[in-house]
Order: sequence, then structure tokens, then C-alpha cells
Amino acid sequence: MAEKNVLEVSDFNVDFWVDGVWYPAVIDMNLGLAAGKVTAIVGESGSGKSTTALGLMSLLASNARMSGSVTVKGEEMLNAKATVLRQFRGKEVAYIFQEPMTALNPLFTIGYQIVETLRNHFDMGPKEAQARALELITMVDIPDPEVSINKYPHQLSGGQRQRAMIAQALACDPALLVADEPTTALDVTVQAEILDLMRGLKDKLNSAILLITHDMGVVADMADEILVMKDGITVEKGTADQIFNKPQHPYTQQLLGAVPMLGSTKKRELPYTESAKPAPVLKLTDVTIEYPKRGRQPAFTAVKNFSLEIYPGEIVGLVGESGSGKTTVGRASIGLLPVKEGSIQVVGNEIAGADQKQLFAIRRNTGIVFQDPASSLNPRLPIGESIGEPLLLAKIFKGADLAHKVEELLDQVELPRSYRNRYPHELSGGQRQRVGIARALALTPDLLIADEPTSALDVSVQARFLDLLQELQGKLKFACLFISHDLAVVDILCHRIAVMQNGVLVEVGDRDQILKNPKNDYTKRLISAVPVPDPAEQRIRREARLALKK
Amino acid sequence: MKLFGRKEKSTGEILAGGENAIANKEVEGLSQGQIVRRRFFHHRAAVMALVSFASIIVFVMTSLDVKMGPIRIPGWWKWTVEDIPELRFEDCPGGTTGCPTLSVDPTSDAFGMGTHPFGQDDIGRDYFALVMNGARRSLMIMFIIGAVSGFIGVVVGSISGFYGKRIDSILMRLVDFIQTVPGIIIAAVIGKAAGKVGPLYLALFLGVLGWTGLARLVRAQFLSLREMEFVDAARVAGASNLRITFKHILPNAVGQIIVVITLIMAGAILTETALSYLGFGVVAPDVSLGLLISQYESSFTTRPWLFWWPGFFIISIALCVNFIGDGLRDAFDPRQRRRITKRDRLQAKLQNKAGE
Repeated sequence: MAEKNVLEVSDFNVDFWVDGVWYPAVIDMNLGLAAGKVTAIVGESGSGKSTTALGLMSLLASNARMSGSVTVKGEEMLNAKATVLRQFRGKEVAYIFQEPMTALNPLFTIGYQIVETLRNHFDMGPKEAQARALELITMVDIPDPEVSINKYPHQLSGGQRQRAMIAQALACDPALLVADEPTTALDVTVQAEILDLMRGLKDKLNSAILLITHDMGVVADMADEILVMKDGITVEKGTADQIFNKPQHPYTQQLLGAVPMLGSTKKRELPYTESAKPAPVLKLTDVTIEYPKRGRQPAFTAVKNFSLEIYPGEIVGLVGESGSGKTTVGRASIGLLPVKEGSIQVVGNEIAGADQKQLFAIRRNTGIVFQDPASSLNPRLPIGESIGEPLLLAKIFKGADLAHKVEELLDQVELPRSYRNRYPHELSGGQRQRVGIARALALTPDLLIADEPTSALDVSVQARFLDLLQELQGKLKFACLFISHDLAVVDILCHRIAVMQNGVLVEVGDRDQILKNPKNDYTKRLISAVPVPDPAEQRIRREARLALKK
Repeated sequence: MKLFGRKEKSTGEILAGGENAIANKEVEGLSQGQIVRRRFFHHRAAVMALVSFASIIVFVMTSLDVKMGPIRIPGWWKWTVEDIPELRFEDCPGGTTGCPTLSVDPTSDAFGMGTHPFGQDDIGRDYFALVMNGARRSLMIMFIIGAVSGFIGVVVGSISGFYGKRIDSILMRLVDFIQTVPGIIIAAVIGKAAGKVGPLYLALFLGVLGWTGLARLVRAQFLSLREMEFVDAARVAGASNLRITFKHILPNAVGQIIVVITLIMAGAILTETALSYLGFGVVAPDVSLGLLISQYESSFTTRPWLFWWPGFFIISIALCVNFIGDGLRDAFDPRQRRRITKRDRLQAKLQNKAGE
């Protein structure tokens, strides 16, 4: 058994040296991976999964120390000489990074980069290498391989870039492929294609794949075996079937419980009836938004003829892939972007063409939660001040009243009151997003715009955040435009769903109607591409999707 | 916006495993200012430079009389610039006159400062008093240049970066224009005229020329901070442009600004020296360090101390300010992490053993 395994990891430890103390990042990891198999390492951020992957390649920063044993095809990799490592890297072990834009050199064509890998490892002439590169690019299904081989990374789309990187990784037929969050930066439809590609190549080349990811859906789709990590410790190990259906460790159970699953929540009643609709809180009519031309770049129409109404007390999910214009709609609805044509009305007040004073009045009825918890709070302000700012500027509260109200808001989002004197960097991502909600709800708005508030959070944190948002919405009855790329999250939260593609609204309807019975082709494709965290069901879905494609 | 998002994740994730979590742990309960201060005080060279710089300032400022209008605070040094004591002949090498009496050899009888520790010039004036006076002028010029170019740079950079578009183009073309003008020549021309009006105006003028780099930097900071989500959040909360600038953007840029201003000041003292040496900066009867060097240039071989002392002060001041600037930059820049030295590793090993 042991000699059959491509990768054998035993008692692998990684520590980081920080200010005088060694901090463990990976503790006593054991792992065996056979050819043609996929092992997935899952865990939340900070669990040490990427550290493991980089450690296997000896790519860690200089303040890391490793111990134990890592063998690839029986050859020891750990603390090996640089010359030995160089032969292994690329040839026997290849690495697919998360962000293809930064992992590919922007100054060289993708063809050149593949040729470079080939000629580093094989005695190969330039023409021969070029021919092989073309073959590889054809293999990963990049359109027009003859043309694409001479393209630079920025000329390719995100999915194509990731394909190019896979082509480069596969250049020397590696025995082991380490894929570190290979699809995290991609849209679901593209993700599904890349996963198909990886699965196909694995079967064709008989490579072993070590997949690092936080997405349980991807794991269900790909993995034969699963390793669950928490704080550097392997808490559970087993086949995909075992882990998903009979998780033993409480952490695994908790992790799986937190993963939102498409179509698992019960029916939700709209807060109004079709016959007696109240006046909409947000009303967009034929809105067109354009980013003005800058220098030589022509003007870009991000949103076109967009119409949507949101009524009091309902949550409307706005979904679409990156670049579909959903964030643009959200920002325009709060007056952060100018409207070119059409009208946006918030509680009856027109935003299009409003001046600063009118906008100020309108914004007292609205709040927004931003996407990125790292940049949505001023790092130099204690969070109490950040939360209190809207109240202070609206001149409602002052002094002790303000402090009292801030404490109330902190209570509302379930943060300790003592946190008001803390700075954003002392809070975790989930806590920062709670602060973001508290700030958005400070003025008790009628409309809340949530712009991908959970996309930067781990699943368990996300689950808590969504619970909190639902609870607050139930209590305060605000209307909410919830922007997300994650259909499963939208499914949990929303009454109605609007689907956008390339700046156009393609379908809008009841949650159940959209998810179970979509009419539009794009919506169908989008929903079928979402991986479900259940290996058996995911297999059925995958086959159904492939059938749909044919 | 993406800066803190996915783009950094490739490295961010690695660190998340070990370092970020730990770094967060250790900064718990500290404000950003406190973290910066702590990091600065861990920078050994910078702290030493800060201490030396502070002592130089105290030393220079207290040694001679300070006159402020009618108030006159006497200095502790016995000579003034106007005194012309007798030239000293005894013990001087090679028949020279007015050699320094400072002796650092504790075994000799002459150990201590003596009557003229830095020696005397041609006519017998005490060189210590002259150098102190020159250092004062040079420090004053340095601070004024730092303040003036700092102020103009921050104002122009902020306006340019905040409003963008037309205002930005106009201001940046102004910066381009000032940068293309050969500063040293203009300074020389104006310096010639300024010689008549005094070193204060020279400093003001050099400050007016020196802000361009800072303005560009502040502009760049504003351009990137302006796109951050917390600025949008402030705008949604109803903050005015002024509030956004002063409360939300400037405090986040202040680190870079301080660093660049210190470096401008270090450069300023050298510029002043160069100009005075060329005869375009501070002119006699006023004294500055550069001027002292140029005045006694011809006596380099015979009486080198007339050269050493002003040189020593120029180098120490410039070095100190540079090191302080370096320390500040390291303290403000989170990417600057301490490397692990062999000693650290050894210490860790020992600790591990002790733990077992």
C-alpha cells in the first residue's frame, strides 16, 4: 500500500516563528494519496490547509519550520536540497493557485510560460515545446488554441486563465497536482466547467489530486477522501461518503450543518398579498447606469433598462455572476452612483438627479452593508464611533444619548458593549460584518442594501450572520435588497429572487418558482451549476447538467 | 477595494494559518497608534537616532543665548560669537594657531573640554560657539522646510486626490512644472537675493520648492483610500467632504506623510549645506554649518578641525533624521516584519527544551 501511494505524509508539523514564540500551524498530519484519487483538505480560514499545501512544496516563508516526513513517489521532499526540490516541483508535483491573475506572469504570453516549464524539465527544442504547449492548451479547452497561445494573461477571462494555469501545471504530466482553492475566485458556471476539466484530466493522466478548499459543494463534487482540519489539527479523515453521511467529530457535524443547501428551507410567505400591494420602498424603473469613459476607455453600460420593486418587509435577492451589474444596482439605489436614465425611488423620493441635500434626506431611510469586512470600517476609528457616525451626522443623538444608542445597537447585533472602544483590526471578519449591520441599522432605515455581506466569511460565521440578519429583519421589518452570487444563501434568506446577466434583469419571481421552476435558460444553467454538499446528489446533478449541455 | 480581498489571499491564507491570527492576538486591546509606537520603539537604530537627535537639539539650543524679543535666556557656554579672545599657540601641531583643547584621553592632564574645545578661527573667535550657532541655523532651516513643504504637499495632494478630474490634472501639471525646474539653480538665484533678507526666507523658499514629491504621494494615498468602502459608508452616513477628508482619509495616510516629511527634512539640511557652501545660501555675517565649511575650506590641510566639527554635526543630524524616518516607515508599514535571526531560532529551541 505504502509504495503505491504517490504522496505520503507522516507526522507533518509546521510552526511559525512570531515575536519570540513558535506558533503551530499544522500539527501531526498524516496523509496518503494514491494515483488517480482526489483527497480534499477542508476547513475554515486559519485552519492550516493552505499552509499544508505550501509546506508540501517547501514554499513557506522563512519563518516557518517543518518536521516529519513528506515523500513523493518514495522520495523525501521535506528539507531536501534546492536542486532536488527544483526537479520535483513542476515535474512531479504541480501547483494550481487560487488567483490565476497573480499566479501567471503578466509580462509573458501563456504559451511562453508553458514552454518555459517544459524546457526547464525536459531536453526539448523550442519548436517541440511549442507544439506540446499547443496540445496542452487544446486539452484544457481554451477556445482558439492557435490564437490563445500567444495571448497575455490579461487578455483571457478568469476561467480561461485558470485553464491556462492548469495547462501549465499539467505540462510535465505530474504525478501529484496540488490545487489550492482552484475555483474560489470563479463564478459558479465557470467553476463547474473547471471542475469537470480537472475530473476529466485526472482520469486521463492518472494524476493524484490534493484539493484544498473551503467549499463543501466542490468537495462533494470531486473528492474520494476528505480530511477535515481545524486549528492545524486533523479532526476527521475518511471517504467522502463517510464524512458527508456519517460525520463522527462534532466539528465536522457543525461544519456540514452550517453549509447552506439549495432547496432545503421551507416555504416562506410574502409579507403582503398580490392583491393588496403596499407602496414599494424601492422602485427602479428602466434604470440605465453607465460608467463614463476614462481616457481611451469607452463608456461602459453596467446596467440597462433595469426595473424592480421592493415592498416593505420583504427580502429580495439579487443574484448574478461577477460583472453582471448587481453591485452597481445596489450602489445606485443608495445614490453612490449617478443614474443615466430611468428613475430610482426610495420611499417615494427620487434619487436620480437629486442634489446633496436631497440625497442626505433619502439616505436617512436607507442603510448599506458592504462586501469586504476588511475595508468597510475605518481602521483608525473605534467601532463605537463608526456605528455612531450616522446618528451623529443626522443630529439625532449627542453625547451620552449617543453612547447609549450605540450600546443598544451593539446589543442588537449581539456584540459585547465593551467592543465600542475596540478597533476594527481587533475584530474577526464576522464581527466586523455585524458592526457593519449595526451601522446600517443605526437610523432604523426602511431599506437595507446588503452587498455580498457574507462572501468573505467562513461558512459557520456566515450561518450565524444570516441567522442574525433574519432575526433583525423579522423584528424591525425593513425591506432588504440582498445582493449575492451564492444561490444557496439567497435561498435561505429571500422572499423573492431577481437574476441578472450582463447588466440585464433576466428573470424575477418567487423564491420557489426561481429555484425549482426557472423559466429562463440562464437561470437554469446558473442553478444547475451550483454544487450541492452531498456526494450522491451532486453526482446526479452533475450528470443532469452534462446532459443539459449536450 | 480588492486590495484586502481576494488578491491578497494567496499570501493572506498562508499567513492566516499562522501569523495573522497570532498577530491579531498580540495586538488585542491596542489602538493603531499604540501599535505603531511599539513597533517604533522596537527599532533599535531608530530609537538611538531619536535619542541622539534630541540630545543634539538640547545641546545646541542651550549652549548659547536664546533671544526672543526682549526675553533673553543665557546659555551655559562662556563665549559668544561676538567675543574675540586671544589666539592660543601652545600645544598646537606644526605651528598652527587655535587648535582644539578637547581631549577624550582620560590619562592625559588636558582631559576635558578646555577653553576652546573645538578650537578657534583665524581671528580667535571660539569655534564651539560658531558651530553651535551654525547648527542652530541649520536646524531652524530644516524644520521650516519640513513644515512648509509638508503643509503645501498635504494640501495640494489631498485636494488633487480627493476631487480628481480637472482639479487633479491642473494641480499635477503644476507639480510636473515645479519638478522640471532645476531646483538647485533657482535656489541659487533666489538664494543670492535671499542672502540679503536672511536665512528665514531662504528656508521658506526651499520649502516652497520641496513639496512636490509629498504631494504626489498624498494624492496616491487619497486615490486609493477614496475607493475604500468605509469612505462610501461615511458618505452614506451623511458625512461632508471635509469630514471625510479629515476624519476618514487623512488619519489613514498620516503614517506615509510623516515618513516623507522626515526624509524631506534630512534632504533639506543637505541642500542648505550645499547652497551655503556654494555661497548662495546663508551668507556672512550669519552662520550656518555649510557656510562654516566653505569659509574654512582653504585651511583643510593645516587646521582640519575647522572642517571636522561642522561636518560632524551635518552628518549626525542628517543621519539621525534619516534613521528616525526609516524607523517610522517600518513602524507604519505592516508589511515590514522582523526577520528571524539565528539567535531567535536558538532562543526558541532553548525555550522548547525548557518547556519539556
